Amino acid sequence: MARAVPARRRWLLTILAWGVGLAIFFPILWTVLTSFKTEGEAIAVPSHVVFFDWTLENYAEVQQRSNYLRHVTNSVVISLGSTLIALLIAVPAAWAAAFAPTRRTKNLLMWMLSTKMMPPVGVLVPIYLLFRDWGLLDTLTGLTILMMLVNLPIIVWMLYTYFKEIPGDILEAARMDGARLFGEIVHVLAPMAVPGIASTMLLNIILGWNEAFWTLNLTAANAAPLSAFIASYSSPEGLFWAKLSAASTMAIAPILILGWFSQRQLVRGLTFGAVK
Amino acid sequence: MATLHTNSTARLMLAPSVALLVVWMAVPLAMTLYFSFIHYNLLVPGPTSFAGFSNYYFFLTDPAFATALGNTLIIVGGVLLITVVGGILLALLLDQPFFGQGIVRLLVISPFFVLPTVAALVWKNMMMNPVYGVFAQIARSLGLAPLDWFAQVPLVSITIIVAWQWLPFATLILLTALQSLSEEQREAAEMDGARKLSIFFYIILPHLARAMTVVILIETIFLLTVFAEILVTTNGGPGVATTNIAFLVYAQALLQFDVAGAAAGGIIAVILANLVAVFLVRMIGRNLEA
Repeated sequence: MARAVPARRRWLLTILAWGVGLAIFFPILWTVLTSFKTEGEAIAVPSHVVFFDWTLENYAEVQQRSNYLRHVTNSVVISLGSTLIALLIAVPAAWAAAFAPTRRTKNLLMWMLSTKMMPPVGVLVPIYLLFRDWGLLDTLTGLTILMMLVNLPIIVWMLYTYFKEIPGDILEAARMDGARLFGEIVHVLAPMAVPGIASTMLLNIILGWNEAFWTLNLTAANAAPLSAFIASYSSPEGLFWAKLSAASTMAIAPILILGWFSQRQLVRGLTFGAVK
Repeated sequence: MATLHTNSTARLMLAPSVALLVVWMAVPLAMTLYFSFIHYNLLVPGPTSFAGFSNYYFFLTDPAFATALGNTLIIVGGVLLITVVGGILLALLLDQPFFGQGIVRLLVISPFFVLPTVAALVWKNMMMNPVYGVFAQIARSLGLAPLDWFAQVPLVSITIIVAWQWLPFATLILLTALQSLSEEQREAAEMDGARKLSIFFYIILPHLARAMTVVILIETIFLLTVFAEILVTTNGGPGVATTNIAFLVYAQALLQFDVAGAAAGGIIAVILANLVAVFLVRMIGRNLEA
């Protein structure tokens, strides 16, 4: 970026880039604006972009129509719960793969990755029947366990790529100084591993929140997280755009903000470290 | 350098992850395979019997299968085309110097974080509705007849929605790759009098090849099983016009209760995905050594 850029060119680029950026962002912006309109205003033609009577009634009604807070809670429990359990299982595995690799470690990691390639429809039938027989359909327990399994390979992989960057020499030095395994982990490794673990957690919460195959197939009124709940607005009688917009705005806002903070990790996590 | 002691500890630390994934992989997949070879319909009680390849035969010869396979390929191909070409153009744009780079970047990556069901419903109604939708209003203001997206071009509509969700992913990865291109190399080419277009084709594009491959492979894995967007917009219809393989399996299992037929379809979906996965795993594996 050391190159000098003529001011005129910079301004033209600025206009172009903002135009394109706003066009891509437009459906989200429009949803947020519509959420503050009355139902009548929401389908007014021509639409009023900013100059309409702003109202908050949709947000109140979304909660009245259905127990909206329950679905928010479900989303939080499923995405956070599955991520935390998976981290407990994955951290030791990734640690071992990064710091005590054997000849088979690489193949093992590749195999873990390959489980992620299995299309969910390939196991939809048995999972549905097992959930039915075990009474797990439409329960938070069932869905949290399932999401934990779905994201476990990504979590092991992300952690592995982060841990691998921690220099092994530091461990050697700590061992020379007589540190035991436990001390090694607490005093040497943990402080260096925390940022990687945090990034992994962030990305997987986002993935869990937005998952929509298993949630749509395995939940109904009780355990439905937001991804499945919003689908109830697809029925013709449920088509109230302003309320759909209010429900949508609340459903995407927290994860959008988390997502903005996790740009870098996103590239790394979703390409399994192939692009950094 | 690892001692015997740390090796056995390492094995112990890997064990839970490996065991869980083995069970998660093997048990349901084995069950799917088993169901695909028996007669099993939830509406037909009684003992099941061996069916040979008849479930596969019926699934593969069902006219809906050919349509669904075609639709799957159109969705995957269409979204890949839009996201890769669009992603390269966007990455080039975002790499330029302009005011508010950080904010524009956030705007561009935002669609990736929108719930698939929200994206589908917002697009179907507020963007693509033939009367009240934003596109219809734009068309009318330009004096054109508005398009009734989901009635006239349902598959194209779904492809556009899914492409909007994946465009940020492609852009972000290609931009990351672009920023690792050394400035000296580009400047050297400029000094030698290379034109912008030849710099793009001979320096930038080859540099992006690897990232493009990663984008194509990873997106393909996910795009082969697009589901939520279809369920909330068209329910696979009209007829089977927007049914892809994933949706066909779902309909067979949970709408027609034909467990065996759905299982056969599931196995076919697994085989399709594996064809792609083999390439992807090999590529990431190569990167492990680098």
